Amino acid sequence: MDPAFEFLCRMGDNTLVLGHRVSEWCGHSPVLEEDIALANTALDLIGQTQLWLGLAAEVEGAGRDADALAMTRDAWDFRNVLLVELPNGDFGRTMMRQCLFDAWHDLVLAELRDSTDDRIAAIADKTSREVAYHLERSRDTVIGLGDGTEESHARMQAALDRLYPYVGELFETDAVDAALAEAGIAPDPGNLRDAYDARITGIMAEATLTIPDSRFAHKGGRDGVRHTEHLGHLLTEMQWLQRAYPGATW
Amino acid sequence: MSNEWPLWEIFIRGQHGMAHRHVGSLHAPDADMAIKNARDVYTRRNEGVSIWVVEAARITASSPSDKGPMYDPARSKVYRHPTFFDIPDDVEPM
Repeated sequence: MDPAFEFLCRMGDNTLVLGHRVSEWCGHSPVLEEDIALANTALDLIGQTQLWLGLAAEVEGAGRDADALAMTRDAWDFRNVLLVELPNGDFGRTMMRQCLFDAWHDLVLAELRDSTDDRIAAIADKTSREVAYHLERSRDTVIGLGDGTEESHARMQAALDRLYPYVGELFETDAVDAALAEAGIAPDPGNLRDAYDARITGIMAEATLTIPDSRFAHKGGRDGVRHTEHLGHLLTEMQWLQRAYPGATW
Repeated sequence: MSNEWPLWEIFIRGQHGMAHRHVGSLHAPDADMAIKNARDVYTRRNEGVSIWVVEAARITASSPSDKGPMYDPARSKVYRHPTFFDIPDDVEPM
């Protein structure tokens, strides 16, 4: 297994699966303005997926392209963290998940801009501006709803309690990460934890929310060992057209 | 208390525009979110370089029933329009 291919699938599968999840809000958001903003975020993430999985396919050199990777792999070949495949829940939980992910995404892209692999540095440079905006928006929404009404505060606290056990997986380090860190291609994920904690602590304090004490972390997504049952359902919907009509274009 | 967020009027200055132009309106809980929503609703295709938001309730508008007294007297006074000057070719933005 090529560590670079594995790493690129992790980046691209995170953006693909989260992009699909966020797109599920299209036409269902609480207000029109949020509907448009969420659709924009989903489109940004799927656009980023084309870059990451496109490079993954190039590195793999097996004749596949980004579309083939996205639409014809099964759940056990996906390398996204569990956090992004979880169902949306209510709008508050969706924005909490977005904020927890964006805070990490923004940090990792800042590091990847200095990657020794120019192609990775270029993707990180291009996507980091979109992600900076995603973070600004999700952070403000989490703060607004957390420090909002009794109802919105309770929902945001419930969302944080539910999602926080999925944060730890973002900072797991395995042989793939060690190889890439050694080559200066990507940062060791564990090294981002302090900066991440500082960010999240600040955001949650402003949002008047309490971060759970436990660092217990659900794992199994980024190495594909054990995804949640939700990923298969998501792929069934996302991949249906290419599965039923292989190679269909329009 | 109303559950609706207040209405904001959105003004955007385009890439080559000299002034902000009214582009539409949207709802948002506060001015900061109105700017963010405007970014998502109106500048997705690279339309703007600057956004102004104004709470719609803060705008004082002329009354439609005053239309006659307000505007009619200007109608027959063609000399108020600076149309009798030749504009040199090298003056671009007019």
